[in-house]
Amino acid sequence: MKPYFALLSLGLAMLTSTAQAVEYNRLQADQSRIEFVYQQMGVKVDGRFKSFTADLRFDPAKPAAAKASFDVALASIDTGAAESDEEVVGKGWFNTKVFPSARFVATSVKPLGGGRFEVTGTLSIKGQSRPVVVPAQFTAQGKTGLFEGSFVIKRSDFNAGKFAPAVGDEVTITVAIEALKQ
Amino acid sequence: MNASESSPVSAADTPDVVVGYTRVAKGLHWLMAVMIFGLFGLGIYMTDLPLSPEKLQLYSWHKWAGVTFFTLVWLRLIWRASHRPPPLPAQMTAGQQRAAHLGHAALYVFMLAIPLSGWLMSSAKGFQTVWFGIIPLPDLIEKNRGLGDILVLVHKGLAVSLMILVVGHTVMALKHHFKDRDGTLSRMLFGGRPQGAAPASAQTRPSSAFPSE
Repeated sequence: MKPYFALLSLGLAMLTSTAQAVEYNRLQADQSRIEFVYQQMGVKVDGRFKSFTADLRFDPAKPAAAKASFDVALASIDTGAAESDEEVVGKGWFNTKVFPSARFVATSVKPLGGGRFEVTGTLSIKGQSRPVVVPAQFTAQGKTGLFEGSFVIKRSDFNAGKFAPAVGDEVTITVAIEALKQ
Repeated sequence: MNASESSPVSAADTPDVVVGYTRVAKGLHWLMAVMIFGLFGLGIYMTDLPLSPEKLQLYSWHKWAGVTFFTLVWLRLIWRASHRPPPLPAQMTAGQQRAAHLGHAALYVFMLAIPLSGWLMSSAKGFQTVWFGIIPLPDLIEKNRGLGDILVLVHKGLAVSLMILVVGHTVMALKHHFKDRDGTLSRMLFGGRPQGAAPASAQTRPSSAFPSE
């Protein structure tokens, strides 16, 4: 009797917990994208990072309790040209041998209504940390939720300003993060 | 000099026969000749450079000059359609004339195909062409790295082919000038007429006189 009861109560507990708190916490890496747009001789060029991980906890009903941190493998960059991919891992740029990853840690998530949130956090690249504010849109899509946001950084803020102004100092980063709810 | 210059000018005034190319046609020809060598040299030079801001700048200049060249080819074709070029020397055989026309047609085809392939290559590689950094050319094809790599080879292959054609064109122009002495080259030159031109003007003058009478 007792084992059955234990199982039953465990099952009930799981049911109630999922019913109470909808938490998006599993990154769907294949469906997620971290992309950027930079300017080369004044012309916009698209790029992206192919490899990143995330630690997420997000309940749309409790944004104050949300947690989010991202680690982006900088060497997984795709600048649009193989020659540039080889260049930007070097010293004047990311110096990935010493600083292999960029990290973003959210410090607050403020609801703005209509599925919009203001995510404030700290972005660390190459030993430099800068506060960033990311206006983000959250959309529930069945079992998963999609976060979309965009923000602008300056390469020079992270000691990675090489080739400016032929390569623009400002880089617009656009993220589309899909997470599974559990 | 002026006296010898005056006769072809008056001949050019007759509607049906043109002795030399128009000043615009000559200007376009020589400007584009310089641009072909400049663009080819720059293209070869810049691709071998290690990545640097200068390299990115040179790529942009090459693209801007290429778009300018592409525009000039169309202007030249429009001009050519509305201003009939002088006929080829009469002593050329029908076969030679056909070969000359074919050669000139090929020059135009390559002059159009090379900038076009460069434009498509840029689009396929994801680096849009923006003329002088101001006028964006539409991306006619989507970003596609594999296609971009193929178009690089096409662009280079066409450029090398054009250079071979240009060498042939130059050799033939010099042959007309120094061997045939038929004034073909002189028709494309500004200013004074070199000695090779004498037989040509002697030859075109009577023929120009007939239709005007």
